[in-house]
Amino acid sequence: MTLAKRQGGGLGAALGFILAVMVLIPLAVGPDQNLLGKLAPGLMWLALLLSVLLTADRIFQQDFEDGSLDVMAMGPLPFEFVTLAKACAHWLTVSLPLAVITPPLGMLMSIDAARLPMLMFSMIAGSFSLSFLAAIGGAVTAGLRRGGLLVSLLILPLYVPVLIFGVAATAGDMGPSGSVPALGVLMALGLMSLVISPWASAAILKAYLR
Amino acid sequence: MQQFANPAKFLKLANAILPYLWAATIILFAIGLYGALVITPPDYQQGEAVRIMYVHVPAAWLGLFVYCLMGFFSAVAFVYRHPLADAAAKTAAPLGAVFCFLALVTGSFWGKPMWGTWWAWGDARLTSMFILLLFYLGYMAIWTSIDEPTRAATIARIVALVGVVNVFVVKFSVNWWNTLHQPASVIRMGGSAIDKSMLWALLVMAVAYTLLFTALHLVSLRSEIAARKLRQQRIAEIGRR
Repeated sequence: MTLAKRQGGGLGAALGFILAVMVLIPLAVGPDQNLLGKLAPGLMWLALLLSVLLTADRIFQQDFEDGSLDVMAMGPLPFEFVTLAKACAHWLTVSLPLAVITPPLGMLMSIDAARLPMLMFSMIAGSFSLSFLAAIGGAVTAGLRRGGLLVSLLILPLYVPVLIFGVAATAGDMGPSGSVPALGVLMALGLMSLVISPWASAAILKAYLR
Repeated sequence: MQQFANPAKFLKLANAILPYLWAATIILFAIGLYGALVITPPDYQQGEAVRIMYVHVPAAWLGLFVYCLMGFFSAVAFVYRHPLADAAAKTAAPLGAVFCFLALVTGSFWGKPMWGTWWAWGDARLTSMFILLLFYLGYMAIWTSIDEPTRAATIARIVALVGVVNVFVVKFSVNWWNTLHQPASVIRMGGSAIDKSMLWALLVMAVAYTLLFTALHLVSLRSEIAARKLRQQRIAEIGRR
């Protein structure tokens, strides 16, 4: 599974994408520091979502093309475990590093420094379900030539809860209890996707392999 | 139920029912529309604009109902591996998307005089309806982008099931998000119980919409079956050559 790292490109390209978005946003909304600081958490979450989504088709495609998925499907391990491992590998190599690296970049957006730890926590908590949901999209497009748009259409609606609670946790404006409930919901979403995603992506991939 | 899974029997039944179904649909639409546009009183707050409700609310109901139906057919197809259930889910999707779209459009026609804007992100139902439409479009995109029909069917099934599970989570989180961002001042039309003088027309319209959907669904299922037959014949012909 550490092979995922060696295929390369995923994390680097995603990080480059986030940086490019960071440059474009001030150009789009103007260099006003206050406005940027206010918009920053939401926009950074959006950048994270989209960059994870961009790497989604890498999760299974290469293994599908060189036939190693066939081997894994015939192996002794239930195929659901294979997809689980794949999604975990994607989380460890792409989403988690992105979630750790992205918040400090928020300094560029003149984000409130006190918010940075919470942004990082919520992104780490949310990145898990981002990866697992992306695995479903990756499975759908494994056998397709041009799947990028399809992945976005399928998976972005599923990302809505993660985005909502992620931003809520970052903003922390939920009254006395602060960000903790939203963080809890983010983790719950992660666990839910942990249940659904390996099963769904395994079933989809089997349809391609048959 | 099981015996109608046979396409030939299903076709027979569908052909027998359809004329009556169309007749009932037309009659109910006539009654419902007459009731909605002429008989029922204008609302004391909303005036004549309340009449949009009679086309808007049933469309929204059906948008949700068809989605559940699609999930149901997909589950049946997943368990029994029956192609007709796949076809049913496939043909339901565009119809549901149209109802969803209709609900959004009529909703914004209603929103313009009532709220003063075409679109209010403050309203949770608007937002989640929009997301539902996206789910429909994603499901339909699967069928169009995967050429091989049995493969597309398997994948679409799973996507529909995942979507049905998730649509509730999405709905819940959008509602929550909405209470977080208190909307400025949104007049709720369901706030007080709808008066009986309006309710009957609404219900008639809802039944009429449902019948319309059933009729359209049967027709498109019929053409889907025909299309599959055609495809098989064409393949067989190529094989013979």
